[in-house]
Amino acid sequence: MKAIVNVALKKGVLDDQGKATHHALDTLGFKEVVSDVRIGKQIIMELNCDSKDAARKEAIKMCEKLLANTVIEDYEIEIIG
Amino acid sequence: MNVTVLQFPGTNCEYDAQYAFEKLGANVTLVWHKETKLPENTNLVVIPGGFSYGDYLRSGAIARFAPIMETVSAYAKEGGNVLGICNGFQILLEAGLLPGAMKRNDTLHFISKYNHLKIINNDNQFLKELEEDDIVNIPVAHHDGNYFIDEAGLQDLKDNDQILLKYCDEKGNIESLNGSVAQIAGISNKEKNVFGLMPHPERAIETLLGGDDGVKMFQGFFNK
Repeated sequence: MKAIVNVALKKGVLDDQGKATHHALDTLGFKEVVSDVRIGKQIIMELNCDSKDAARKEAIKMCEKLLANTVIEDYEIEIIG
Repeated sequence: MNVTVLQFPGTNCEYDAQYAFEKLGANVTLVWHKETKLPENTNLVVIPGGFSYGDYLRSGAIARFAPIMETVSAYAKEGGNVLGICNGFQILLEAGLLPGAMKRNDTLHFISKYNHLKIINNDNQFLKELEEDDIVNIPVAHHDGNYFIDEAGLQDLKDNDQILLKYCDEKGNIESLNGSVAQIAGISNKEKNVFGLMPHPERAIETLLGGDDGVKMFQGFFNK
């Protein structure tokens, strides 16, 4: 079973990398198309779990403990079984 | 005065910290991250700068789970003095021993230079040898020093005199270096026994090497 975790800065926490990239896209001619850019990271894990539910529960624990810093970051989990 | 300096894989300021505290007269012991005990009679634990675990995932995120950190947390909760410098500050934030979090510098560049700091509060063991509004000139060297805390947290820091240092120019005008909330360079916990700062006082110990403002920043720990 595969867990795909996306971690990014929370809304309301200024994303300087996203801002700089947005600016670069603007100057490359995408100004009309792009209204927001946010940069995060993706963590892909193979999990040995019997069910999607169990995998999700484990992934949440991992995010809360290590994978995300919940002071500044949100996470989203997708389980592919 | 017995100072314990921690070493993680990727730490690179432990010998500078050792040199600085020995110069001030301390007995310094280096302790590897896999240890679970601090030397007896430790008066101060220093978590030095560097790139523990290659800064993988987030700066300090993996180091905080090293075996020695559980002991350091217990030591801090009993009132023991802990000082985190640069990566050490990041580790203390990740460990929840200090409030807030670090983001990438708003310039997105690694910043390595001397920078002035203003003493915002000296009512603590760390900075009591300095006066409020004193200015020191200390090297900074970091990529993730953009301190973040939400508004409620910032108010807490202010209400409890936990903001110790801010970035400023040579005249003392507060100015942004890396995007930190309120230009914060260093803080303490509420109990005033855990301290964290991004700049490196241990690199400003000899005038021959550019300045010795770091000496007075460490002296507070020596004078009861």
